[in-house]
Amino acid sequence: MLQLCLTVHTFFNLAVITFFYFSRKSASFYTSIMAVEFEGGVVIGADSRTTTGAYIANRVTDKLTPIHERIFCCRSGSAADTQAIADAVTYQLGFHSIELDEAPLVQTAASLFREMCYRYREELMAGIIVAGWDPRRGGQVYTVPVGGMMTRQPVSVGGSGSSYIYGYVDSNYRAGMSKEECLKFTAEALTLAMERDGSSGGVVRLAVVSEQGVERQVILGNQLPKFSTV
Amino acid sequence: MDSHHSYSQVKGVSTGTTILAVKFNGGVIIGSDSRASMGESYVSSKTINKLIQVHDRIFCCIAGSLADAQAVTKMAKFQLSFHSIQMESPPLVKAAASIMRELCYNNKEELQAGFITAGWDRKKGPQIYVVSLGGMLLSQPYTIGGSGSTYIYGYVDAKFKPDMSLEEATQFSTNALALAMGRDNVSGGVVHLVVITEAEVKHVVVPGNKLPKFHDE
Repeated sequence: MLQLCLTVHTFFNLAVITFFYFSRKSASFYTSIMAVEFEGGVVIGADSRTTTGAYIANRVTDKLTPIHERIFCCRSGSAADTQAIADAVTYQLGFHSIELDEAPLVQTAASLFREMCYRYREELMAGIIVAGWDPRRGGQVYTVPVGGMMTRQPVSVGGSGSSYIYGYVDSNYRAGMSKEECLKFTAEALTLAMERDGSSGGVVRLAVVSEQGVERQVILGNQLPKFSTV
Repeated sequence: MDSHHSYSQVKGVSTGTTILAVKFNGGVIIGSDSRASMGESYVSSKTINKLIQVHDRIFCCIAGSLADAQAVTKMAKFQLSFHSIQMESPPLVKAAASIMRELCYNNKEELQAGFITAGWDRKKGPQIYVVSLGGMLLSQPYTIGGSGSTYIYGYVDAKFKPDMSLEEATQFSTNALALAMGRDNVSGGVVHLVVITEAEVKHVVVPGNKLPKFHDE
């Protein structure tokens, strides 16, 4: 009996290793990410799926990465590339903030991302949304897509799942929404994207960044908003 | 590291277009944009009508190669009118869709076109059928197609309700097409809608300046 278990276990291990050997894909965040500005801060959100080929390597990933106390980034594209860039920018921003002896601007963080993504555009595959709050300009969202452009937008979506929700975001976004409205809007948009995009799924992670600090939430699969399904 | 490749998802071979069909209380609305493009930078026609009437109360719209689509619809129109004469009654929407499906499936190697067939018949009322690239036939309460459709999946999933009224369905279709045309550079022009009910077939054109505007316009 024990020998049988051991055989099955070894076989299973071999199968997993073989699977990974043949899949030969690096970890990617073909994902859905979103950020919205509101009066007093920003709401950021992401799905939670990391894939290596067809295997979901992590179904509860946290793609909302803190860069500084009140500055976050949402990562999409190659998991390795975005982690490396985020680590580098976190270091550079921390250093800059100490030199300045005050909280860094969101625009500074975005510029650092842009510098790196543009300089190494041939090697990298990273689409990043930088969002946060600073005392000078309040809540801001900057998008740094693949290629290394940077632009500020009141609402920005990214990742593979974003294509499916451009129409929804265009029609439902209004300037001047409250924090709760922004949270609901983000959760609904990400749910719709996750429903249509095979590379997005899992839970919805949300964070609100404002003068008061950071509040994080998770919306689990069975608590996601439901849309009319026929 | 993999070579630097485009970040947008694979589009397949779709005509630069956005098409949709939606069922409402008492009929169907089938709609499309009006742009024909050669490559991604030349608009060969601003006002082409992609809604093809294959019988009195049955319309088709096409996604894919325009040449293939025209050949298939022409054949389908002929076969359908022949069938209708033999049966001595208006054809079923499913019959029209089945004819398309036969043609697409049997010639799947050569053809590259998908269809949305929508209409009204006495047996089942308003119906929408999708015949996809390889020849699958599927009945759905609403459906979207073409390159511009990727941008409005979220919108139509959120906004569709079964049994809408004519006004709601018209607003829904116009909004969806306008949103897709706003994001897809190979869809554009005017919105063509055809409303098919038991009583009549009505062709509505919404010109560019009457299209709904959204927050960033």
